[in-house]
Amino acid sequence: MLFPTTSPPQAPPRVVITGAGIVTALGLGWKPNAEGFRAGRPAFRPVSHFDVRRQRAKNAAEVDLPATLPPTRLSAKQTARFDRAASLLLLATHEAWQQSGWEPMENLPFVLGTTAGGMSFGEAYFRQAVQTPRRHHHQSTRAVHYQPQVQARTVLEALGSNGPVTIVSNACASGSNAVGHAWELIRCGQAERALAGGYDALTELVFSGFDALQALSTTICRPFDARRDGLALGEGAAVVALETLERARRRGVPILGELIGYGTAIDQHHLTQPQPQGDTTLTVMKQACTTAGVAPEDVDYINAHGTGTVLNDSSEAVAIGHWAGQRAATLPVSSTKAGIGHLLGAAGAVEAVVCLMTLREQWLPPETLFETPDPACNFPIVHQPRDARVHVVLSNSFGFGGVNASLVLRRWT
Amino acid sequence: MSRIFVAGLGAVSPAGWNVAALRAALAQGEPLPVQSLERPGWEKPLRARLVPNPTSRPEFLAHPRLRRASPITHYVVASALEAMAQWRADRDPGLRLGLVVCLQSGCVNYSCRFYEETLKDPATASPLLFPETVYAAPASHLAAVLGNISLASSMVGDPAAFLQGISLGAQWLEEKRVDACLVIGAEETNWILADALWHLERPAVLTAGAGAICLCREPEPSIGVELAAVTDAHTYSAQKTRAQAARAMRSQLEKLGAPASCRPASEQNKKIAGRMPALPVDVELLCDGVGNGPRTDVAELNAWRDWTGPRISPKRILGEGLMAAAAWQCVTACDAVAGGRFTTANVSLVGSNQQAMGARFVRTDSAISHLSPGWSPGNIRP
Repeated sequence: MLFPTTSPPQAPPRVVITGAGIVTALGLGWKPNAEGFRAGRPAFRPVSHFDVRRQRAKNAAEVDLPATLPPTRLSAKQTARFDRAASLLLLATHEAWQQSGWEPMENLPFVLGTTAGGMSFGEAYFRQAVQTPRRHHHQSTRAVHYQPQVQARTVLEALGSNGPVTIVSNACASGSNAVGHAWELIRCGQAERALAGGYDALTELVFSGFDALQALSTTICRPFDARRDGLALGEGAAVVALETLERARRRGVPILGELIGYGTAIDQHHLTQPQPQGDTTLTVMKQACTTAGVAPEDVDYINAHGTGTVLNDSSEAVAIGHWAGQRAATLPVSSTKAGIGHLLGAAGAVEAVVCLMTLREQWLPPETLFETPDPACNFPIVHQPRDARVHVVLSNSFGFGGVNASLVLRRWT
Repeated sequence: MSRIFVAGLGAVSPAGWNVAALRAALAQGEPLPVQSLERPGWEKPLRARLVPNPTSRPEFLAHPRLRRASPITHYVVASALEAMAQWRADRDPGLRLGLVVCLQSGCVNYSCRFYEETLKDPATASPLLFPETVYAAPASHLAAVLGNISLASSMVGDPAAFLQGISLGAQWLEEKRVDACLVIGAEETNWILADALWHLERPAVLTAGAGAICLCREPEPSIGVELAAVTDAHTYSAQKTRAQAARAMRSQLEKLGAPASCRPASEQNKKIAGRMPALPVDVELLCDGVGNGPRTDVAELNAWRDWTGPRISPKRILGEGLMAAAAWQCVTACDAVAGGRFTTANVSLVGSNQQAMGARFVRTDSAISHLSPGWSPGNIRP
């Protein structure tokens, strides 16, 4: 029963991560991604999925999908209906699932963030409807599989499971919101475990949209660099398996990290621009740290939203500076969008998994192409590969429309 | 566990720009007229029920954020302001408001326009259109208009996801993160959406609009309606067909008190397709999602086959409004209870491709004195 719910537990249970799956242009799965992020390797190349000759920007971080998807309970006919987005989602979910050691189950909540879902189906539908209006072949299938809830449900079925699917679409904060929402479901006693994450594939409409806004970099993506000139787009997916600490201990499985804080709020300043002083960013960072019970001095690294646009990075820099106070001077910050681009609805979830990597492997992801600090940044930008003691990390995500979200994760030892 | 009450309702539909127009259309019981929707490249037009122009230009359109906004945003804002009218009139404007906007297709007009421009020449595609294509745009604009939104989320799903939105709003209220929460379901019409519906369920007629429900924690500002229950999300899968999910939802509602087969109504009062029957008080209403789609309706019809009580099917009158239609169902259920006609209204939502969910709204006698004259019993014509 979604309402009324059973009485919430006296104290919210601790929530840990026992599985993580990630797909980005750096590779498929934890290992190649960890190596790439640790080295700060940029993964951009000329866009090959659609024609960008008439666009300002020409590059993006494309994923090389495998020739075949991992074997699941889906038939060949079902997987043949997957577009790039659904394939990315399946790959990430499958990895998280395998790592968690979960068995197929009923009533497993699946909370996902996305901005475009099966947009490639929508584009194909539109093109066919306009160019060959009397041809109806495949249009019904496209109309159904375009919808993200159908893709999510199919991926759950691939794992032999089912359960309530929640699709959060708060633009580029969606992935963080999805992970945060699943965390809250477990803490309020509505579920003992949940899958959560985000996914988005590169599509012509979205690429063209950011290009039209002149938000895409025509040089290289350099978040927080004084010479930054825009963001770069990427594609990918990340999914985490969340469960109560008690349950994970009962199962005796390895714990990758603990999710300890979440904050979210909406910035009403503008549809596409953040409030220059970063007030909402400051609010969500404070919220997340309050629920986590940590202060800026306890945070060892911030994975910033850091898109590489002038407005985003300056607003976020102001907020981080205000929030961190004196700690800012020594607080390492970087944006992994410098390597894999902006993954939109997947960004928050992918960056949460990057944070898990830093906690597990004790290094910080550098922006290797970073050169000149923006004067607004009163914190050090990680620009060279380095090992570090990392115990608590904070991840920021902000979206068109103004929804901001922060997650706080802690190392499990 | 907190009690959650309904503080206000709002609706924009092909019947007009408020709940009264929706109520009147349903009371009339006749399907609204169908208009033609031009489809590029094909002389045979598509069918739709369009939202009429408002009788006068809404004041909110003067807000700078709404200058270029898509129709879906106008519907969202209009329904929200109507739902908020009573709550805002006598409450501290500094109170924190939550916002959940639920969509299935979302901002399809600007998406089509922008993609069309991209295909012609991406170098000249309008940067003004693209931001309006995102699912989160209507919620963002509404937050700017209202000014006191502290928490907001846009959710995508099939129409049953509207009840996920209701339960999320209830959760925020229970956790005292907000003082009231608007939950809105909205869609807009476009030829490509009508074309998709034509491919999936030929007899269905596309429509658009929005429905809004303002939830609050205290009975004092309520319209006399309380949220009694939202069922689980009965998700479709290889193990659970749509028909099975619909039956599971019905069964769960029964356990909450919805009778297995409601007290028989008199012949005169028995359901006339979609028509709000004249009934004595104390009878439960079923507000279902049955429309004119034989293929999509069958699971829901079978699940409620033995329901002999009063029943209303807004989609038979208004058309297939996707997430907006789900919101109208809830608004209609609450409106019927608020009007004093029923002590309880059950909402049945058997979504197109995700899940079946149900909800139950009951009358809160302690709050009846707060009903505005517009809600008095007898305003709904039989």
